[in-house]
Amino acid sequence: MTAFAHHFSFEFRAGLRDRNLLLMNYLFPLGFFALMGVLMTQINPGFKQTMVPAMVTFAFLSSAVLALPGPLVAAREGGIYRSYRINGVPAVSILVVPALSTILHMVLVAAAIIIFGPLLFGAKMPVDALGSILTFLAIAVACTGLGVLIGVIASDSRAIVLWCQLVFLPSMLLGGLMIPVTMLPATLARIAWLLPSTHAMNAFNSLGLGLPAVRPPLQSIAILLAGGVIAFAVAIYLFKWDSRSDTHRGPPAMALLALLPYVVGMVLFAL
Amino acid sequence: MNEIVIDVEDFCKSYGKVTAVNGITFQVRRGEIFGLLGPNGAGKTTTLECLEGLRRPGGGSLRILGVDPSRELSRLKDLIGVQLQTSGLPASITVAEAMAFFAAYHRVGPQPSLLERLGLAEKKATQYRDLSTGLQRRLALALAMLHDPAVVFLDEPTAGLDVPARAELHTLVKELQSSAKTIILATHDMAEAEKLSDRVAILLGGKIVATGTPRELTADRAALTKISVRTEAASLLGNGSGVPNATRPSVEGEYVVCFSDDPGAVVSDLLGRIKSHGDRLVDLRVERPSLEERFLEITRGGAR
Repeated sequence: MTAFAHHFSFEFRAGLRDRNLLLMNYLFPLGFFALMGVLMTQINPGFKQTMVPAMVTFAFLSSAVLALPGPLVAAREGGIYRSYRINGVPAVSILVVPALSTILHMVLVAAAIIIFGPLLFGAKMPVDALGSILTFLAIAVACTGLGVLIGVIASDSRAIVLWCQLVFLPSMLLGGLMIPVTMLPATLARIAWLLPSTHAMNAFNSLGLGLPAVRPPLQSIAILLAGGVIAFAVAIYLFKWDSRSDTHRGPPAMALLALLPYVVGMVLFAL
Repeated sequence: MNEIVIDVEDFCKSYGKVTAVNGITFQVRRGEIFGLLGPNGAGKTTTLECLEGLRRPGGGSLRILGVDPSRELSRLKDLIGVQLQTSGLPASITVAEAMAFFAAYHRVGPQPSLLERLGLAEKKATQYRDLSTGLQRRLALALAMLHDPAVVFLDEPTAGLDVPARAELHTLVKELQSSAKTIILATHDMAEAEKLSDRVAILLGGKIVATGTPRELTADRAALTKISVRTEAASLLGNGSGVPNATRPSVEGEYVVCFSDDPGAVVSDLLGRIKSHGDRLVDLRVERPSLEERFLEITRGGAR
């Protein structure tokens, strides 16, 4: 097996062994999915139409934004990166391999939601496999990019909570998971386009479920992919900076660059 | 044995306005165990981190088998093995996974014989967090040895270990030396440094203030030998002072104690006094100062 395969295999198994990761990767999103399936479909039957993308996006946010940054910060604080560097593990692998293993956890949870959502709760099945996969990929890149970036810029374990909630809570409230963006007041709707979840729901509703899109879905896909790629690039740059610098850490304000595609999207969609 | 493996010349390193290491020079030969000693903040960790390629030196030159650690990291990783002071491993990784993971990045096999040798063969499926401190240290040593490096860095290798585990690790380190490994040992444990090191350097304020074999350092003329005498009739208790070449006479229980840089003359004089008083010698102890005492003397007194 190659070094990459060993690394990936360990990171994936760590996601199952570690109680916190197991909770955030599987129990929390699947528990929430079950709860929403039982309650929300009774309260609002229309929720069945968008249940699959909403729950998949929620699962991706939980795995990537809530679970992924913690081990990255813990590894830095525990001297694990020092040991990795001495033994020749590349900086890119240190950040990308945990992200890839998180994506595999996401795929497994997404598969469970896609299979059991329609079966148990009568949720609408995706009708376009290619469109669904493209959207999943874009959401995965966007969310794991943000998760890795938070893991790099968070100064310690306590700071992670702040950064994660800065993304997670607005995504839950404004990102179209519970309430469609079209039902939000105009100002909030504009702000909602700064969130990956809004673009994820917009793209998935159109490309995966064949529902009418609020905004052009391919633009949302492009924004998600650009946001994810920029987040990874900035994270790797700051990580290398921190590895080289003796006195001070890289400027966390650089992380704002990852918001750039979303700001462009917000302006574009407001026109 | 005489080949220079580590060559440090006029090495300096500052963090902003703080000078951590200020122009140190030393060489380590193949097969040597070289102890790097010093109080906290003396520059040990900075020196180690620069040799391990984790930091860039501010000045001077560092070479490990001709390789510049700051510029040739990929070549360096094949030459050195590092047993880190802190864990350096994810809590949930198993012994077997850790071996396979690092072996793959070093492009070598997982070395089951190394696990046997270090007593870890039965613990292959155990997660790192479930290993005892002693076994964690052994695993760290196994990982440092995995790719058969020429140079091994041991950073506080026995910190937190109980006495048997410490003794076992000392045996392992000596075994490493017998296989011609060059070992850099950074430790606060002076007894360990004295027992294991062929040569030591004591750092203080970013400079080397003493260097040599532990015997050379403890035999320094300024280091006084402690002489303790107990006799049957305690005849020396009132007559222990005034011994030529002896200083700081005192009484510790039934013993008369003094210090001297010429212990032979003092012992001869004391034996003469005991005989002249018709007394009989019960116990005579001549103790060379330990490396720890010498270290304290140097670090409290500043550079010599």
